[in-house]
Amino acid sequence: MVSSFSSPFDEMFALQRALEANFASGWLGGGTAGPGSFPPINVFEKGGDLVAVIELPGVDKNSLEIEAKENTIRIAGRKTIKYDEKASVHRRERVTGSFDRTIAVPIQIDPDAIRAEMRDGVLALFIPRAERDKPRKITVG
Amino acid sequence: MVSGQELRVQQKREVETKQESTVPARFYVPVTDIFETEAALMLALEMPGVDRENVNVKLESGVLTIEGEIDFAKYEGLYPVYTEYNVGNYARSFELSSDIDQERISAELKDGVVTLTLPKAEKAKPRKIKVS
Repeated sequence: MVSSFSSPFDEMFALQRALEANFASGWLGGGTAGPGSFPPINVFEKGGDLVAVIELPGVDKNSLEIEAKENTIRIAGRKTIKYDEKASVHRRERVTGSFDRTIAVPIQIDPDAIRAEMRDGVLALFIPRAERDKPRKITVG
Repeated sequence: MVSGQELRVQQKREVETKQESTVPARFYVPVTDIFETEAALMLALEMPGVDRENVNVKLESGVLTIEGEIDFAKYEGLYPVYTEYNVGNYARSFELSSDIDQERISAELKDGVVTLTLPKAEKAKPRKIKVS
């Protein structure tokens, strides 16, 4: 789906279409984790495991608090912006404040093995599927 | 509450141009703060996912253009199952009113936020005028 395209634009367009097709799909279910909460989350599948990609521009990774328990993951933190007091503001579009969001994924995960990476304002959570939750091959005897 | 307001999701705004693009891909307008100090005009643009090498800044006949490209190769082999936001390159232009010292424009990228410092040209700086 999102691989080997002839030009970077094809690649970008293919990804955008794929993302749109799964926009707010029922996969995460309702509850407090529903769409509209901050921060926005995209969840991908990769080889049976999950990858959650979260945009957090301007958020320091040291202010992030990530917790995992059973099949829920909590992401909390605070976004602050500091400008020189003497500066006069022409335009202010960026927002600041605190956030706290919990998502429950519909598969069994291995909470101890979750890995988090933060780069250029994007947080990626690598969430491995629990061994016991993986499908087993059944041979017909 | 002392801790301030709770954050809300800001919907990404698509870039609107006079010309239609030949590719159907979407470009987004980076959320931007603009402020001015005595010495410079500063811009802070949120471009999550854009790395240092892929930020382009140019100033041409008074129009400042900032572009940021996403590395889509990072998404290879990932299959979306649930999404709340789209991903695309960023672009935004501003018409500058005050005189900027083009040679000394500097940019810094931290946590997905590009901060541009546009030093004012000598002649544009405020001057104290003494009443004799």
